[in-house]
Amino acid sequence: MIIYPEKFRIKPEFERHFVNYLRHVKMNVDRVNEIVNGELLFVPDPSFLYTSAFASDLMSDVLRYFMENTLLITGLCTLQTIRTAEISNISCIIFARGKRVSDDMLQLAREHSIAIIECGLTMFEISGRLYQNGLRPIGESERVRE
Amino acid sequence: MKIKYHIEGGDFSAAGIASSEIKKILKQFNISPLLLRRIAIALYESEMNVVAHAYRGTMHLDIQPSSIQVVVEDEGPGIGNIEKAMEEGFSTATEEVRQMGFGAGMGLPNIKRNSDEMKLTSTPGVGTRLEFKVIF
Repeated sequence: MIIYPEKFRIKPEFERHFVNYLRHVKMNVDRVNEIVNGELLFVPDPSFLYTSAFASDLMSDVLRYFMENTLLITGLCTLQTIRTAEISNISCIIFARGKRVSDDMLQLAREHSIAIIECGLTMFEISGRLYQNGLRPIGESERVRE
Repeated sequence: MKIKYHIEGGDFSAAGIASSEIKKILKQFNISPLLLRRIAIALYESEMNVVAHAYRGTMHLDIQPSSIQVVVEDEGPGIGNIEKAMEEGFSTATEEVRQMGFGAGMGLPNIKRNSDEMKLTSTPGVGTRLEFKVIF
């Protein structure tokens, strides 16, 4: 089921506008958390807006793409996840499949102002929900040059 | 401006600290975010390589007004076949490295992609020297 914010619950005649809205969706971390039904552990900047998401357990692949305004969905729960995010300018990580973030990781996330969400859903379901609500994949054009 | 960092092989909890600190320093230089990201990624991947494969190493940076030159030297097993090592997907990483989300054979290609010049030399049984340059 798609979870729309109250103000965007639409009548069929407005669907065309809604499709347009989806093309330009930006959402903050609270909204992201509401959609994936997770638990927010740390929010450095509640007003920061995300337009796209990337899902991967392989950190080297995260480093291959350009990640502005992008959040990371991963099942890899290690210190290196936070470091990779920091290097890639990712400012929000959703840990999937009920992974628990350690104190060290949370400490490092605080140092680098990275929002952390723990979520019991799988990467597939988190990705699907966020996609349905308007977050986009990062495009091929955003890949760091080949 | 010259900076030198020591990297300890096998110390996964510290892997990335040097790159992170250098990124912080470079931020003050008014470099474009895209360029900064390219440099940070190349540094991070090369640091991970030392941690994952070597016993110890050093990272030397030379920051010039128009470019940044990085030399990463390590003492370790070295690379037998450099051509093969540069292929995407080829890796000799241990299970521990893979559990960290690395070791998929993307590191060296990632460094090449993000730098303007890259030179890799190695003596098996002695160590490896990686040199790369990013032009501003």
